[in-house]
Amino acid sequence: MAATSYIAETLGRRTSRGFFARLRGGDEISYLITLACTVSILLIVCLIVYELWFNSQATFKTFGFSFLKSSAWDPNADKYGALPFIYGTCVTAFLGMIIAVPLGVAASIFLAEMAPPKLSNILTFLIELLAAVPSVIYGLLGIFILVPAIKAYLVPPLKSVFGFLPIFEGTFYGLSLLSAGIVLSVMVVPFIISVSREVLLAVPVEQREAALALGATKWETTWDIVLPYASTGIFGSIFLALARALGETMAVTMVVGNTPKISASLLSPGYSIAAVIANEFAEANGDLYISSLIFMALVLFGLTIVINAIARIFIMTTQKRGS
Amino acid sequence: MMMEISTSRRFINGFMLTLSGICTVLVVSVLFFILGYLLIHGATSLNWDFFTKLPKPAGETGGGMANAIVGSGKVLLLATVIGVPIGFLAGVFLAEYSGKTFAFAIRYVVDLLNGVPSIVIGIVAYALVVRPMHHFSALAGGTALGIMMIPIAVRTTEEFLRSVPVNIREGAMALGATKATTIFTVVIPAAISGLTSGMMLNLARVAGETAPLLFTALGNQYWSKGYLAPIATLPVMIYNYAISPEEDLHKQAWAAGFVLLTLVLVINVSARLIIARGPSAQRR
Amino acid sequence: MKSHMLRYAATAAALTAVAAVLAIAADKQPIQMTGAGATFPAPIYQKWFNDYQSIGNVQINYQPNGSGGGIKGVTEGTVDFGASDAILSKEQMEAFKSKNGGHGLLTFPTVLGAVVPSYNVPGVTAELNFTGPVLADIFLGKIKKWNDSALAKINPGVKLPDLDILVAHRSDGSGTTFCFTDYLSKVSPEWEKGPGRNAAISWPVGLGAKGNDGVTGLLKQQPGALGYVELIYAVKNHLPYGKVQNAAKEFIKADLKSVSAAAAAMKESAADTQVSITDAQGKGVYPISTFTWLLVPDTFKDADKAAAMKGFLKWAVTKGQDEVEPLDYAKLPKAVADKVAKRIGLIK
Repeated sequence: MAATSYIAETLGRRTSRGFFARLRGGDEISYLITLACTVSILLIVCLIVYELWFNSQATFKTFGFSFLKSSAWDPNADKYGALPFIYGTCVTAFLGMIIAVPLGVAASIFLAEMAPPKLSNILTFLIELLAAVPSVIYGLLGIFILVPAIKAYLVPPLKSVFGFLPIFEGTFYGLSLLSAGIVLSVMVVPFIISVSREVLLAVPVEQREAALALGATKWETTWDIVLPYASTGIFGSIFLALARALGETMAVTMVVGNTPKISASLLSPGYSIAAVIANEFAEANGDLYISSLIFMALVLFGLTIVINAIARIFIMTTQKRGS
Repeated sequence: MMMEISTSRRFINGFMLTLSGICTVLVVSVLFFILGYLLIHGATSLNWDFFTKLPKPAGETGGGMANAIVGSGKVLLLATVIGVPIGFLAGVFLAEYSGKTFAFAIRYVVDLLNGVPSIVIGIVAYALVVRPMHHFSALAGGTALGIMMIPIAVRTTEEFLRSVPVNIREGAMALGATKATTIFTVVIPAAISGLTSGMMLNLARVAGETAPLLFTALGNQYWSKGYLAPIATLPVMIYNYAISPEEDLHKQAWAAGFVLLTLVLVINVSARLIIARGPSAQRR
Repeated sequence: MKSHMLRYAATAAALTAVAAVLAIAADKQPIQMTGAGATFPAPIYQKWFNDYQSIGNVQINYQPNGSGGGIKGVTEGTVDFGASDAILSKEQMEAFKSKNGGHGLLTFPTVLGAVVPSYNVPGVTAELNFTGPVLADIFLGKIKKWNDSALAKINPGVKLPDLDILVAHRSDGSGTTFCFTDYLSKVSPEWEKGPGRNAAISWPVGLGAKGNDGVTGLLKQQPGALGYVELIYAVKNHLPYGKVQNAAKEFIKADLKSVSAAAAAMKESAADTQVSITDAQGKGVYPISTFTWLLVPDTFKDADKAAAMKGFLKWAVTKGQDEVEPLDYAKLPKAVADKVAKRIGLIK
């Protein structure tokens, strides 16, 4: 390890250079200070995990893992269950991804493969600006524009054609899992596009040239050669986007309806882990109430770690293949 | 020798091209729509009052968000002071001093921190700062946002330091500079455009964060004294006003959204321009 | 080497200067106190605190995040005082004591207000009548449509549409909820056995919104919605609200007279003045009325803050009461106001 060899080197130099000369040069100090900062980051992460774990013990001791399977949410009776929130989190994130992934990958293909470079650069620049828009602004637009628009233009035709499906039954009041899913997809799509586009651009040009030389059309080259080559990287971007969608708070809580119920219909209101924490943490008193919220935060944390880890594996595989 | 491409393959090719083009147009038009709507609605709601007055009690019109604008500034300043030095120096360690396996572990942990949902960081900041101190404060908000700034600070620092060519370092060392001197007087200045733009992007990212501020900075109808009092911030005001039923407050929410978005976009665009024109671009 | 060090030093100095300027720029003479809690009285509290600035040289920052937030904030000591229209349970009082070194929490009633059933029914501008049992059944999900026979019976002559009732309730811990569910528990045994009375309950049906603000917003946007909000929110936002049948079988609209009547009918009185006045007996009484309280620790670490709080409370129950009626809150009955004035002395 270079760190230990460096230390060894330094120790070896102890006899050859004066102590004060080295101090003036600043090597030890800068090494120690930067090392301290790095270690402090490790400590911060450990502290976060510890705080979450410690403060959720009350719920864990009372309910155990059945907390995750229960749908009760009754602060009055001090009965808590995480299932409606886990359900809402997963459903909205999943819906967001279903919409965002095809759109995003298709757009990234266009930008990477089909569009002239100048156009591609300008459009990519604009799309990356979309990724920088704060989530509370998406929430603002969600409440005032998106939800009324969905209510007026999307749901009536959807219900007339697909109304028999259980996922579209019931009255639509605007604030719903569907609205939250659509807002999430808008937020997540620029992310998918920019990462996928980079991955596609990184596919060696020889691959494409070989395919084209064999007489493939541009689309066939893309679909049969480039895309499979870049697929792991694209999967990586999808998982990163998923992790982001799972943790999204403000935009979701402004449009999801804030109702801790499980319903098969996307048109009904729901709740997500991040949204319930945002709404109820400031006023949760009573150890069991607070620790239930924190236990859910721990669950969310764990979920995002796992998904990020999967994403990392995908991305590392792409990088290895690239080199 | 040209091969004949069948009509059906040509058709599919054209069709898919158009389809993917449509998807792109769809995505870009959403952006234009967002920006456009916010611009029009927000700009028309802006007035001098917005920038100079304090919020008025419920039901009275004519308040502003002067304290929230300054408040956001104070919280972001704190966040930068808390998060950037730690992240920056850790990035220096990763790029210059660390061995491979240790670096891998650190990078993994930093990525972990990056993936933590912002609301969870808010909870931790509440437990670590607000509860022991017995009040909500700009400091707590700054701590939460500062922690969020660390991972990107680490990553951009490491990336841009690594991109400095080896010959620059070797030149410095050949002249007798110690490692530390090389890093701080040669390598870092060489990467400064990338580092600056990275910090700007980092700042833009946390400038819009609302969730961690909900139970750390809370809010304030007046000017907040110092850094240890509850403080109003733009994103939280937008949230509170947006879910209220009053039209006047909705207008202010749009105006605030406009200001926030403009700020974020201006920082983003400038950051990218700095990278595009900086030496790291010329080196590529 | 020197120029680089100079540059770093200059940047650091500049940042420090900016920070200092920002800190000082906001440094003003008055003391600042922070309170949080109920949205129910938020309009009058915000007006009071705004007006009291010049009188008492204290800036009181009030953040309406629901009665639950007020109780938690004052218990954990993260705010100087709380506000709640939910009556604190023994456990909550004990929790305060245990987290604050044995010191107690004082409750001071400030104003009287009403919780009204407000609605958004297209085509209906008349004031609808509601009875307690009917309201309970609507919120239990048993009455699902506006033209249900139970509603039609108590509203003869009003054409009610064949529209689903969208129940709107609070998603946060709310004193308004406490008052409303307290009333429902008194008039509907099924409700008392089921969801019960509390600041946050498990709602059988409906959409949740944050704060009285949020529910009002929901009511404005959703046709067919029925929700419970504090009177001023319905009035300010031009939402129709219904009459409720009281214990004397009269259909009463919430206003200053009927709310004051409810307080006057209060027979029991507690030392800490935390009593429920819902479903009061007597004529002309509005059945869903409630006091709202400021939650003040009996000991302040900061003598200035204690003095400021006492000064404010004194003003609130005397001069401040003149400001409440324009905002549709009722004044405290004289007996209660006097009690408050006496209890202010308990703050150290």
